[in-house]
Amino acid sequence: MADDILYSVRNLTVDYKTRGGIVHAVDNVSLDIRRGEILGLVGESGCGKSTFGKALMRLHDGPASIPNGELWFDGQDLMKVPMKDMPAIRGADIGMVFQDPMTSLNPVQSIMEHLTETIQTHEPKVSDAAAHARAEDLVERLGIRHERLKEYPHQMSGGMRQRVMISLALALRAKLVIADEPTTSLDVIVEAKFLDLLKELQEEFNLTILLITHNIGVVAEVCDRVAVMYAAKMVEVGSVEAVFADPKHPYTQGLLRSVPNIKLDEGDLYKMGGEPPSLLHPPTGCRFHPRCPKAMDICSREEPAFESVAGEQLASCWLYQKADGKQKVTNG
Amino acid sequence: MPPITLLALIIGIPSILLLAYVFIRGSTGLRRYILTRIVLTLPMVFILGTLVFFILRVLPGDPVSSALGPKGTPEMIASVRTQLGLNDPLIVQYGRFLWQMVTLKFGNSLVGGHRPIIAEMSERFPATLELIIPASVLALIIGIFGGTLAASKRKKVTDYIFRIYAVVIYSLPIFWLGLILQLFFGVKLGWLPISGRIDPIIGTTLVTHTNIYFIDSLITGNWPAFLSVLQHLVLPTITLGLIQSGLFVRITRANVIETMQMDYIAAARARGIREKVLIYGHALKNAMIPVITLIGLQVAILLAGAVLTESVFSWPGMGSYLVERISARDYNAVQSVITVFAMLVALISLAVDVIYSLVDPRVRY
Repeated sequence: MADDILYSVRNLTVDYKTRGGIVHAVDNVSLDIRRGEILGLVGESGCGKSTFGKALMRLHDGPASIPNGELWFDGQDLMKVPMKDMPAIRGADIGMVFQDPMTSLNPVQSIMEHLTETIQTHEPKVSDAAAHARAEDLVERLGIRHERLKEYPHQMSGGMRQRVMISLALALRAKLVIADEPTTSLDVIVEAKFLDLLKELQEEFNLTILLITHNIGVVAEVCDRVAVMYAAKMVEVGSVEAVFADPKHPYTQGLLRSVPNIKLDEGDLYKMGGEPPSLLHPPTGCRFHPRCPKAMDICSREEPAFESVAGEQLASCWLYQKADGKQKVTNG
Repeated sequence: MPPITLLALIIGIPSILLLAYVFIRGSTGLRRYILTRIVLTLPMVFILGTLVFFILRVLPGDPVSSALGPKGTPEMIASVRTQLGLNDPLIVQYGRFLWQMVTLKFGNSLVGGHRPIIAEMSERFPATLELIIPASVLALIIGIFGGTLAASKRKKVTDYIFRIYAVVIYSLPIFWLGLILQLFFGVKLGWLPISGRIDPIIGTTLVTHTNIYFIDSLITGNWPAFLSVLQHLVLPTITLGLIQSGLFVRITRANVIETMQMDYIAAARARGIREKVLIYGHALKNAMIPVITLIGLQVAILLAGAVLTESVFSWPGMGSYLVERISARDYNAVQSVITVFAMLVALISLAVDVIYSLVDPRVRY
């Protein structure tokens, strides 16, 4: 594996057992996360992006399971790590920032207790005093006065709590931070500040960040590369410049056209027809074909491979590939 | 020092210290809340006392005729009634009763040796404490650990065992459980005594200070008495404790399960906190908040259960005292016991609310 890749996900499938049967919430997805990058993972609600993020730490539980896939993190396949050893990796090597900072902190623990507990869980030899000092140092760097550490979550604002969440992810110098819609519940001003902070931290700590979001604007602002998911499948991956300038997959194209743009005044906003499919009974072939304006015969029959369409830009679409050499692609 | 004063000190000093601590540490809001609760206790006790006063006088029978029995001539009954003030107009009796409540003097018993009720209660009340404190501890231990264990093994065998246990135990009549335990452990196996607080022969050697035999035998180093007290405590404690534990198992289980689904538990898990710590540290502490409220509400039920348990086990506490004096129509004693129970319930629910504020920082500030 190339050394510049921190986390390589290979053919990951995550299943949910439901009353209607087994749902593949993430279906045979591969993705590389490079060292030091901010990778945006976008898609509609329910496309499996949060499930994907949780699966990277093997945090799925209850009805969810991973029937197959490889999770190569820093040269080690996490799928082969016994479940009882996973807590040592969570929080220490991979940190996570959750969507809602209002509910992600324990209401009966002070902020200091959150931090020292996290530090001492992973480094039991650290004394209370040393853990306190580290916690103070950490939050000061995130712009929280250390006197506020003795406070409880309900005494802090949303933006402040989200910074606490970040500090918890950074407390053990995690190599990878998975941020699952970290700004969804924040207002625009706080969101902008938070994104700036995220970028600063990424440079300062040489962090790798997987930013899960449904907000294309956030991706454009902070990400280096972007990955697009649709109905449990990865449909396009590439650098933000390339994908925004020349989106290959019709879904990405539609997604980008439905974002308001001040510079290009094209009148009415584009509205993508149809609805995301049920994952219990996904469409055959390419899952986007019922909504795709460029759908062809083959799209409903066979699933396109996920492969390079232009250098490092990958997409899974029949527009750019041939069907096993037998069927010719006919445009229109 | 009379036992009741010593007892009041043992219970009173820590409660006052706790209250004072919270009062000083807490916010203005919390301070006002505690004051309001204390002030509201007074009308509550007053209304309850008044109800009991009138209900007792509506009941058929009176203390004199039940004390004198069929031998009492009408002249005797009338003269004793006058002597005890029972022929006074009701409003005069009510005024006297209120004054007794305010001064906490409670007057004298209307039957038997007409002893001061305060003296009778200072013998009986410690016995009830000796019963309800270990019973509550047992109920809480089973309830909290059983409930948490069931929640952590949700939908597994352990969970089903605890759930069935909770329903069965909760629906058992307390006297029935007491009788069955007596029959089995006392009569069939002969392991444990089935009535009283202490072996009557050993009891003569016990020097009492607090009238809580457990403490008395411990501080005087009277080990045979101590052993006898423990043996006598087992069955009543189990009876009262088990019955109480069912509800605690269910409530704790439900709350731990609910808390385990909270975002902050998922977030803590993502920080590498281990499942055991998540359940017994994070989830349990949050789940305890509603359980603590329940403990406060259960005090009244606990005292009612004590009445039954004491009757079954001939336990000379406040409960059996109440039952005896109701059948003797001893108005003064019944009124006094109810007043003390009411104050006890009010005091403990206040203490529970104070503890609540110590656990939940959102209430404290």
